Amino acid sequence: MRYAMAIDTKKCVGCSDCVVACQTENNVPIGYCRDWIVEITDGTYPQLETEIRSERCNHCENSPCVRCCPTGASHYEAGGIVTVTHDECIGCGACITSCPYDARYSHPDGYVDKCTFCMHRVQKGQQPACVAVCPTKCMYFGDLDDPNSEVSQIMKKRKHKTLIPEAGTKPHVYYLI
Amino acid sequence: MREEIITSGRLNPYIDPHLEIWHWHIPLYLFLGGLAAGILFFASLYTILGKENKYSGAVKRAPIIVPFILMIGLTALFFDLKHKLYFWQLYTVIRIQSPMSWGAWTLMAITPLSMVWAAIHIREFFPNWDWKFTILKEMEKFAIKYKIYLAWAILYFSVILGIYTGILFSAFNARPLWNTSILGPLFLTSGLSAGAAVIIMFSKRPKERINFAKIDIMLIGIELFLIVHMFMGFLASTQVQIDAANLFLGGPYTAPFWIFVVIIGMIIPAILEFMELRKFHIPAIIPVVLVLFGSLMLRFIISYAGQMSRWLY
Repeated sequence: MRYAMAIDTKKCVGCSDCVVACQTENNVPIGYCRDWIVEITDGTYPQLETEIRSERCNHCENSPCVRCCPTGASHYEAGGIVTVTHDECIGCGACITSCPYDARYSHPDGYVDKCTFCMHRVQKGQQPACVAVCPTKCMYFGDLDDPNSEVSQIMKKRKHKTLIPEAGTKPHVYYLI
Repeated sequence: MREEIITSGRLNPYIDPHLEIWHWHIPLYLFLGGLAAGILFFASLYTILGKENKYSGAVKRAPIIVPFILMIGLTALFFDLKHKLYFWQLYTVIRIQSPMSWGAWTLMAITPLSMVWAAIHIREFFPNWDWKFTILKEMEKFAIKYKIYLAWAILYFSVILGIYTGILFSAFNARPLWNTSILGPLFLTSGLSAGAAVIIMFSKRPKERINFAKIDIMLIGIELFLIVHMFMGFLASTQVQIDAANLFLGGPYTAPFWIFVVIIGMIIPAILEFMELRKFHIPAIIPVVLVLFGSLMLRFIISYAGQMSRWLY
């Protein structure tokens, strides 16, 4: 089993519904976020192109955060979900520093926090909160090892990319382009 | 003109607009750790070479401060932790791939060893020192009897301590400025140079001072070579590493780095030490303070600039 997310940059309108849903679902402290919207406008006027992305932890297969954690608090859960055991985290910040995507943050309670792919929902067979609320249905979540899963199907049909593949982290959040 | 405008909705404290998760604690600790490694390296080396009396400043006098240096460093590290009460989790596992785990265990070994080393040489400062309890006296006898093995252990751990402070940074591929294997040897050399400087201050014999001034000049030369080599490597690498080098070659860290680290912290003390060898009378404290200042600034600047260098956006 290998959980992955595919996000359609052609459908995303950057409404931030995913951000708010995540904050509510996961009790994210005010002023922090586990997912966020990035808008990139690129080109020479008037030929401009805008890409909108909902970004979060990429749940990398070769995670530098898991590698550098001195206590093993950062670890892989079933399906390759990268999470932090709060009671094992000493708050040293090594994982925050090691993430090329800056996807982690220091929770006001001291431990390091990040997107968990809403593991508590996924284990019950539900979708992550961000996916469930997306009004344009631009996000797909599922098992990449299952060829019939929604995420596998959409990735067969569409061109896709990952963020900073040259960092060698093998991300598992894909952007459909 | 082609332009790219990036807007991000993320504004997490300490992460945005650029990473600032590690403050003064980490560079201060890296400096103190490097300094302790430098002093202990020379102390154990000259013991192994059988030159304890010739180099008594290095072997017997300077190491007295090492336990204190390490304790201040460890305190700084502790204050850096944001989930402080769980720090003991560091000592529940050994994680081979994590330089921080290596460092924690190395400190666990070298701190008590440095205390033993300081204890068996305490009579250098307090000739009438009495341990009072028989068990302590027996322990001292035991440590003195096996001093050579103690020296070998300290030599080994001091090199790990000195080099790991650099590897801690270089293992982060997310920060292109740090992601160079030169940082390990550079921090080790800088630590040895700082250690040699402190030994000059503690030494009573002019011959020993001259010897360590020579060693320090050589180490500063190696450091300058490594710094040039580091920038050559960056400039011949990918765009993110070229951008990282540019933080020092025209970017915001240009003046602090070249003035405080290279000129004040390396070139001027090397010239002063060289002049001393040529019989000019220069107060020993001046080059020593400059070398220590340069060594501290190197850690501060590399630490802060590294957090500014990134892949994305």
